[in-house]
Amino acid sequence: MSKIDLEKLEDSQFDVLKEIGNIGAGNATTALATMLNIKVDMSVPNVALLPFDNISSFIGSEEQTVVGILLEIQGDIDGMMMFLFDMKSAHHLVNSLMMRDVHQDENGMADFSEMEMSALNEIGNIVSGSYLSALSGLTGMKMVSSVPALSIDMLGALLSVPAIEFGKYGDKLLMIQSEFGEDDFVTGYFLLIPELESYDKILTSLGM
Amino acid sequence: MGNMIKVGMADLKVCKCPDALTTLGLGSCVGVALYDPVTKISGLLHCMLPDSTQIRNNSNLAKFADTGIDELIRQMAALGANKNRLVAKIAGGAQMFAMTTTNDSLRVGERNAEAAKKKLKEYNIRLLAEDCGLNYGRTVEFYSETGDYVIKSVGKPVKTI
Repeated sequence: MSKIDLEKLEDSQFDVLKEIGNIGAGNATTALATMLNIKVDMSVPNVALLPFDNISSFIGSEEQTVVGILLEIQGDIDGMMMFLFDMKSAHHLVNSLMMRDVHQDENGMADFSEMEMSALNEIGNIVSGSYLSALSGLTGMKMVSSVPALSIDMLGALLSVPAIEFGKYGDKLLMIQSEFGEDDFVTGYFLLIPELESYDKILTSLGM
Repeated sequence: MGNMIKVGMADLKVCKCPDALTTLGLGSCVGVALYDPVTKISGLLHCMLPDSTQIRNNSNLAKFADTGIDELIRQMAALGANKNRLVAKIAGGAQMFAMTTTNDSLRVGERNAEAAKKKLKEYNIRLLAEDCGLNYGRTVEFYSETGDYVIKSVGKPVKTI
């Protein structure tokens, strides 16, 4: 019997999952700040249980164009990790990483070069690595992430990928979500989306 | 021009002329539009998974290509559509992330499109046009007045099939 019931999650489960988001995203935010030499703030993480017809609501609309970086997690815990940035933030991050003039032109929607895409992937790689190693340290479980894959597309289309995974269990998507940002320049989201069975393992490892 | 009716993820809607149906940001999901050209009764299904028999929790009919098409036809017939006249257009079923993976769920787009086509064939419903696969998201609009299926994607020209 699964400990997690998508229809009725207990408050104590929410709290534990939130704490995981806090520790993971805290580490990831620090890694991002160090790598780019910028100051990055993080909001209190949220454990989001989203019905499929309203899946994009925590960021914006289904049709909004965003940059998404997806990594698969395997090991003691299976699932996915996703980063989402709006276009302006992604340009800003790339410019910071490549030490170019941080110049916000009007054309925030300009395409990314191959070099810039690869830089974004690398950001995803490093940040997810620190998220997962923090989580691994906390739970004592082994997790390995895949090579990141990047896609620039509609928010709804990107979120359908984890949603389909959860479609096998119910009509809601459960994920641990943290928002991070740098003043007005960057807004992005870390999403940790373990498979349903892996939520059980996480909770068990933390004595729930 | 009638109302634009929104179909969510794992959802289906039917309408009469001159209303139109839309679903936003189809990724690996498939948008199945059915149409009776005489009564102009239309239906749109946004399904996420190919096969309801593989899944235990399958109470939401619109989540699956197989039960979704069954239910869509049932609701359209209830509205006055003739089952034998129905034609279909489908879009979606993309692979949003290029993963070199063994994980089946990331290739679900392809399987969704195949399952939808198989089901349509079982009903002898003619597939007039499709825009499936590749690696980008689609927003679709189906106009009951004309039977046009309009597909919009990021950074690509609008397409009508």
